[in-house]
Amino acid sequence: MTTTTSEHQHDDHSHDDGHHEHHIPKGIKRWLYTTNHKDIGTLYLWFAFIMFLIGGAMAMVIRAELFQPGLQIVDPNFFNQMTTVHGLIMVFGAVMPAFTGLANWLVPMMIGAPDMALPRMNNWSFWILPFAFLILLSSLFMEGGGPAFGWTFYAPLSTTYSNDTTALFVFSVHIMGASSIMGAINVIVTIFNMRAPGMTWMKMPLFVWTWLITAFLLIAVMPVLAGAVTMVLTDKFFGTSFFDAAGGGDPVMFQHIFWFFGHPEVYIMILPAFGIISQIVPTFSRKPLFGYASMVYATTSIALLSFIVWAHHMFTTGMPVAAEMFFMLATMLISVPTGVKVFNWVATMWRGSISYEVPMLFALAFIVLFTIGGLSGLMLAIVPVDFQYHDTYFVVAHFHYVLVTGAIFSIMAAVYYWLPKWTGKMFDITLAKWHFWCSLVSVNVLFFPMHFVGLAGMPRRIPDYALQFADFNKWISLGGFAFGLSQLIFLALLIKACRKKGEPVSAQVWEGAEGLEWEIPSPAPYHTFETPPVVK
Amino acid sequence: MSQKEYEKYYVPAQSPWPFMGACALFLIAFGAGNFVVEITRGKEGYGGMILLLGLVTLVIMLFGWFRNQIHESMSGMYSAQLGRSYRQGMAWFIFSEVMFFAAFFGALFYARVISVPWLGGSSNNQMTNEVLWPTFQAIWPLIETPAGGKTEAMGWYGLPLLNTVILLVSSVTCHMAHVALEANKRKALKGWLALTVLLGAVFLFFQVEEYVHAYTEMGLTLQSGIYGNTFFMLTGFHGFHVTLGTLILLIMLFRVLKGHFTPENHFAFQAGSWYWHFVDVVWVILFFFVYIL
Repeated sequence: MTTTTSEHQHDDHSHDDGHHEHHIPKGIKRWLYTTNHKDIGTLYLWFAFIMFLIGGAMAMVIRAELFQPGLQIVDPNFFNQMTTVHGLIMVFGAVMPAFTGLANWLVPMMIGAPDMALPRMNNWSFWILPFAFLILLSSLFMEGGGPAFGWTFYAPLSTTYSNDTTALFVFSVHIMGASSIMGAINVIVTIFNMRAPGMTWMKMPLFVWTWLITAFLLIAVMPVLAGAVTMVLTDKFFGTSFFDAAGGGDPVMFQHIFWFFGHPEVYIMILPAFGIISQIVPTFSRKPLFGYASMVYATTSIALLSFIVWAHHMFTTGMPVAAEMFFMLATMLISVPTGVKVFNWVATMWRGSISYEVPMLFALAFIVLFTIGGLSGLMLAIVPVDFQYHDTYFVVAHFHYVLVTGAIFSIMAAVYYWLPKWTGKMFDITLAKWHFWCSLVSVNVLFFPMHFVGLAGMPRRIPDYALQFADFNKWISLGGFAFGLSQLIFLALLIKACRKKGEPVSAQVWEGAEGLEWEIPSPAPYHTFETPPVVK
Repeated sequence: MSQKEYEKYYVPAQSPWPFMGACALFLIAFGAGNFVVEITRGKEGYGGMILLLGLVTLVIMLFGWFRNQIHESMSGMYSAQLGRSYRQGMAWFIFSEVMFFAAFFGALFYARVISVPWLGGSSNNQMTNEVLWPTFQAIWPLIETPAGGKTEAMGWYGLPLLNTVILLVSSVTCHMAHVALEANKRKALKGWLALTVLLGAVFLFFQVEEYVHAYTEMGLTLQSGIYGNTFFMLTGFHGFHVTLGTLILLIMLFRVLKGHFTPENHFAFQAGSWYWHFVDVVWVILFFFVYIL
């Protein structure tokens, strides 16, 4: 779809050979003081992966406790801390930073920019994150323990009934939010202002489009989250009553404010995934993406609709019936643009010359399993049946299908797709296939039975359960342990790849890959497109 | 224009300031998280010290970072394209601030339209009222909470009206300063900018006076139920933003006095002026919904 003239490629080579003032710096300072989008992308991705392992370890604690009915291993308060911090880490520490890392690496290369628009701020937004999570994790070891009110920190659980380390939780969320907002501003300004000549809006790769819209959502809703945690702080420590009916407030108001942030947040974690899949499927089908323009419009409509569906998380709070109808119908409307996307991916593969390299395997798994998560979402959108599903394991099954087999599978697909471009070497394909198949089987053993126990009435966020759920929970836990272990294969593969083991790859890496990032050498030089390419 | 002459986008080399900024935010967040507990629970600790250290680090960082940036800008390293990046970045930052205020305005509207009337028994909530607080009357401003806390409502005339006029005038003077800068009338620029800073300071002075009046004479405090909560959180965060805006404009004034900025190249000034207009618009909305209605 986009091509550069060959002269410009030569231009690039001559630039790499020297005569610009800064070479690759050495040592720890390279990483602490870096302004290079590739370095910062790498930092984000490794940070996200480490957080994924820590959050995953917490999930293992949860599944070990739930392996059998009865209180087995940890005390209930610690169990609650595990569910809470697992959620917070996976959302804010793993999925979001991984996508930001991919944006850092890829957006400038895809649009022919020399770097992100605001490189110093880029460094700032990354380095806030390790500190924010240091604060959050350190609260686990303090008097009274860490946050135990669920990642959604509903009032009054987070106000009246929480311990004093809530203040640390509040301020760590504040600086995480500052990091996300700065990261999003950087992405948006880069895309608006740094596109190479000829890179018109409707020529941009879909990953760039989806990230543009994601960045808009981030800037719109992260400040609302900051407002919500601020009100929790003042309610808990300074005597306000935003979420206390005795003072004229309302605990349900917390849920409205939180989900006004929370629902767009859900799409912040899936729109970049849509972009990734829209890059990978055409490559391995050897066909251009079917319905490019409709993909752009569908992404935009999903983002806009995400602002008017938040109360579908709150159907059981006693809202007026008219409000329930509105939020139900608006929610169902989202399945239309989402359906357009799934249709387009399938239509791209239709009569394509498909090959099943590892990124394509993950992309195909994404399409099937994300669609399962989408369908259970449609079930949850129906008000009368949601009264049955609400707060059960059915909800847990739903959002893990869209987040693990959706967002995280797409991140893995992206890593396998672009890793050779980053390192210049092909990763260990045998290990990668082991990783894929082990993950695919175990993740379904882990999450699919949750639908059944949820429909049968097993509540979420409970360390103990009725005997009738015992068999399914045993299988769920076994699937969980297997999925956790499978990720160690990924860790081994990544370490091997970063030590630059493997066969050297060509600039294009994958037969059928198109776009500016495949026209620069592999590994991608430290500085690319210092002189913008001309896109035809 | 051949490719060789293409104006290069300035990508700064390594910089220590952002990492220092991250350390500063760490100290601020960790310090504040402990300090809040210490002051409200009467505990001993180092939270306040850590917070202060963080704030000092932040100020040093901002000073160093901006000094670098002013240096680069004045030695002509910046292109028009980079100027656009800065302007767009500032515009999106202001949009994020708008959404932060939106959260608190949302709380205000929710309380006024939904939670307070429902507590008073409106629509199908009659039993809520009768079972929980049968004597509670849903009126706004909520001068008596369901639990029985009493307060007085702040009127819109007097100080708030005067402050509205002051901020509106300051927005005009800020614009006049910008016009003077673009016309290269340095003397007028200094005058209008100094006047803007002065008006900002006067606004803050009256705001403090209003708070003292509310706390000492009216019994209107942050703890006075949802009316006091929304009143102080909205005006408080707004006042905090006015303080920041005044400081920014004051720094711009110092830079103008040192001969910085040209009619073509004055991003920092423009950003400060946008910020000031934004703070002004927030006040107008706030004056309307918090004080008048």
